Amino acid sequence: MSEEKNIAIKKEENRYYEMLANFIGPFISVIAGLLVGAIFMLSIGRSPLTAYAVLFNSAFGSLAGISETLVNTTPLIFTGLAVAFAFRTGLFNIGGDGQFLIGYISAAWVGYIIHVPMIIHVPFAILFGIITSGIWGGVAGLLKAKLGVHEVITTIMMNYISLYLVAYLAGGPLKGATFLPATKKIFDSAKLIKLMPNIRGSRLSIAFILALLTAYLIYYILWKTTIGYEIRAVGLNSEAARYSGIKAAKNMILAMFISGGLAGMAGITQVLGLQHRAYQPFGFIGYGFTGIAVALLGKNHPAGVVLGAFLFGILQRGSMQMQSIAGVPKELVQIIQAIIIFFVAAEYIFKYIAHKLKENKGGVTSVE
Amino acid sequence: MSNQNSLAVDMQGITKRFPGVLANDNVDFQLKRGEIHALLGENGAGKSTLMKCLYGLYQADEGDIFIYGDKVKINTPNVAINKGIGMVHQHFMLVQPFTVAENIVLGSEPTKNNMIDMKKAIQDVEKLSEQYGLNVDPRAKIHEISVGMQQRVEILKTLYRGADILILDEPTAVLTPQEVHELIEIMESLTNEGKSIIFITHKLKEVKSIADRVTVIRRGKSIDVVDTADATTNELANMMVGREVILEVEKSAAEPGEVILEVENVHADNDRNLPALNGTSFQVKRGEIFGIAGVDGNGQSELAEVMTGLRKLKSGKIMINGKNITNYSTRDIIESGVSHIPEDRQKRGLVLDFSLFENMILGSHYKPPYASGVNMNYSSIKKESKRLIKEFDIRTPNEEVLAKSLSGGNQQKVILAREFNRNPELLIAAQPTRGVDVGAIEFIHKRLVEQRDAGKAVLLISLELDEILSLSDRIAVIYEGKIVDILDIKDATEEKLGLMMAGAESETVVEGGE
Ligand SMILES: Nc1ncnc2c1ncn2[C@@H]1O[C@H](COP(=O)(O)OP(=O)(O)OP(=O)(O)O)[C@@H](O)[C@H]1O
Ligand SMILES: [Mg+2]
Repeated sequence: MSEEKNIAIKKEENRYYEMLANFIGPFISVIAGLLVGAIFMLSIGRSPLTAYAVLFNSAFGSLAGISETLVNTTPLIFTGLAVAFAFRTGLFNIGGDGQFLIGYISAAWVGYIIHVPMIIHVPFAILFGIITSGIWGGVAGLLKAKLGVHEVITTIMMNYISLYLVAYLAGGPLKGATFLPATKKIFDSAKLIKLMPNIRGSRLSIAFILALLTAYLIYYILWKTTIGYEIRAVGLNSEAARYSGIKAAKNMILAMFISGGLAGMAGITQVLGLQHRAYQPFGFIGYGFTGIAVALLGKNHPAGVVLGAFLFGILQRGSMQMQSIAGVPKELVQIIQAIIIFFVAAEYIFKYIAHKLKENKGGVTSVE
Repeated sequence: MSNQNSLAVDMQGITKRFPGVLANDNVDFQLKRGEIHALLGENGAGKSTLMKCLYGLYQADEGDIFIYGDKVKINTPNVAINKGIGMVHQHFMLVQPFTVAENIVLGSEPTKNNMIDMKKAIQDVEKLSEQYGLNVDPRAKIHEISVGMQQRVEILKTLYRGADILILDEPTAVLTPQEVHELIEIMESLTNEGKSIIFITHKLKEVKSIADRVTVIRRGKSIDVVDTADATTNELANMMVGREVILEVEKSAAEPGEVILEVENVHADNDRNLPALNGTSFQVKRGEIFGIAGVDGNGQSELAEVMTGLRKLKSGKIMINGKNITNYSTRDIIESGVSHIPEDRQKRGLVLDFSLFENMILGSHYKPPYASGVNMNYSSIKKESKRLIKEFDIRTPNEEVLAKSLSGGNQQKVILAREFNRNPELLIAAQPTRGVDVGAIEFIHKRLVEQRDAGKAVLLISLELDEILSLSDRIAVIYEGKIVDILDIKDATEEKLGLMMAGAESETVVEGGE
């Protein structure tokens, strides 16, 4: 009996170290990013303390600030999930920006073309956007599964196709009657409910709640359903998956469809929750790309993605204020983001440290 | 310890723990200069772990290591290499698209004007290869050469780095009998040159034939060190398992029923698009173990693959239970009652980064009781896994560890447990006992016979003639993708099979024999 208990304790310990190891890398990376940022600020004669105080303050100092931080976080949760999900199948979805735009224009179109009660309108607009952006992503999965064309190439190419397609649609056939280079405004029935209607200027909508629910849903799919089991098997060892009767092709297409739909959700919520019309894009907004960073930081785990998106949301929110109050160019935040990514990517170093740490405590090692 | 220096390696009181496992428990191990020393022990006994401590891949929690009498602290493989230790792992670590020479010099390339001096590398490799009679072509690409050759490249790699203490972890598990023979010669020429070799194997015959001494490890403890001349294979087996092991298979005569598998004139290509199966035909009946014997590379792998939907047929027909399953999907074939123990456990049999319980249901993961609808039912999966761990004596702290943390033989047992547990009508077993210990072999053989006696069919593909001869009721010999002949077990002898495996027809064999 006591042996069993011992094993149970060991099991717990083991889990604890594993969790620690998962946190340690990203955590050190963030610290490193902030430190390097500070050095930059010092070198241009600005006070990093002031700047970071402003950053913190603007993100958390008021309800309006928090609300805006979460507004920034929302699309990054979606695109981060998109990248993470595809990655679990062993696919690298760089097409988040394109899928974003497809979801964006689709939701806008449904938003003004029909006029039905909200209870139908919102879900329908979301669903339609997910389907179109999902298909947009699924095409890359299809090309990979059937013709072996690498998804990195196809998703990048499809980014440009969607950019020009959406620019054409928003500036041409779907353009509203006003001087704005954008579609018509969506009906009120298609707008997402505001979460903080009493806070003046708060733009936060239930999109944020949707993002959190989606993260949970993705977690559930990956670890509690047969779909997730198959997807992870394909991602970890596609030969073994094939041997056991799992169809790699089907799973790749499915995973890219879901991934595309997730990135699309970022665009959909952008229209229904914030802008209420689709503007003609002049370039990529970069949510898809930042999503890669978020997924990387979050170790391709939904919970990690939410945290990663939140961090980037804070940084983005704070960058404006840092410029105006602390006199630090807002591009600096991009440098900090880049450094964080650099360190996360170089995480082998931290793995090594964690490995040594565990070695000393007699934990699991995975040298094989 | 007066003559310390006659010891190449002296490990004293080595203890190594993993969470929930005491892999090495105060182990002493001594390797004399110039000897071949076998390490023997059950799956999960701690052999690989002990050697990884010596090679610096793991750090022992307690204990000391002496090399030629000097106390050393080996915390990375680089230190080990500097001390003249080289290790050939059971799963090779070669860069496939590189040439032999490139692989060998990788990490310690000879340079000229700051450039890699490939000419010198090739010369060096040729010289070394000649010195030990290894016979490798430095210019060949890794993926073009056989497994046996790849292993020699691994050995050369260690020699190139100046190793004179060699660790070979189950080097013969993946070799054909001919290659084993050649490896043994190489090992002898190495010891003649003054090298010392540690040799891990589960094959007692090999221990008897080449090792000078053997250290037996059981459940992490060193049990005994004996001169191989003084012990019989039976004694060795008993020592490592701790009980009597029956090395012979006990079975009654087969009572074959109706035909369950029909393979008719099957043609298929291999991975390089060359014909691998050239009109293979045979039938397997219920209640029999049907063995396929042959020299490696005569279409055995492709045969298993076409029968399980992993490889397309060019022509021909495969029927199971009277149903034509030619070019069915793998899942449909599994659903028709076929289980498959694949020949390569790490490439196909397991998802190494999945937990043990996730691996236990691979292929049945979508069916009750493991899933209801799309929802996985992990509590019943874990319960079943626990039961199978007991039943198949899989040595693991629990069912949640990753498959990659299991010892090689225990990984194999996970696959066996899973495939037997499906209770298949037809079990295709390719090299089922590869890398498992004698105790486990006894158990697996018993299970295969039970399967047969329950009126199911077993198709056994094995490179080990011993295994084929002791288990099969009928034996088909495959040569260049064709069945040369099918023999009843009472007509089969090792010599006869040997000749047929080289392509001779059975009539000529019989004539020649008389
Ligand atoms: N990296 C690891 N993490 C956790 N446990 C491990 C690890 N490596 C080995 N073990 C455990 O240590 C024990 C000894 O394993 P080891 O690989 O040394 O066995 P082995 O004697 O080589 O067996 P085999 O004959 O099957 O190869 C096993 O119970 C195994 O599960
Ligand atoms: Mg081993």
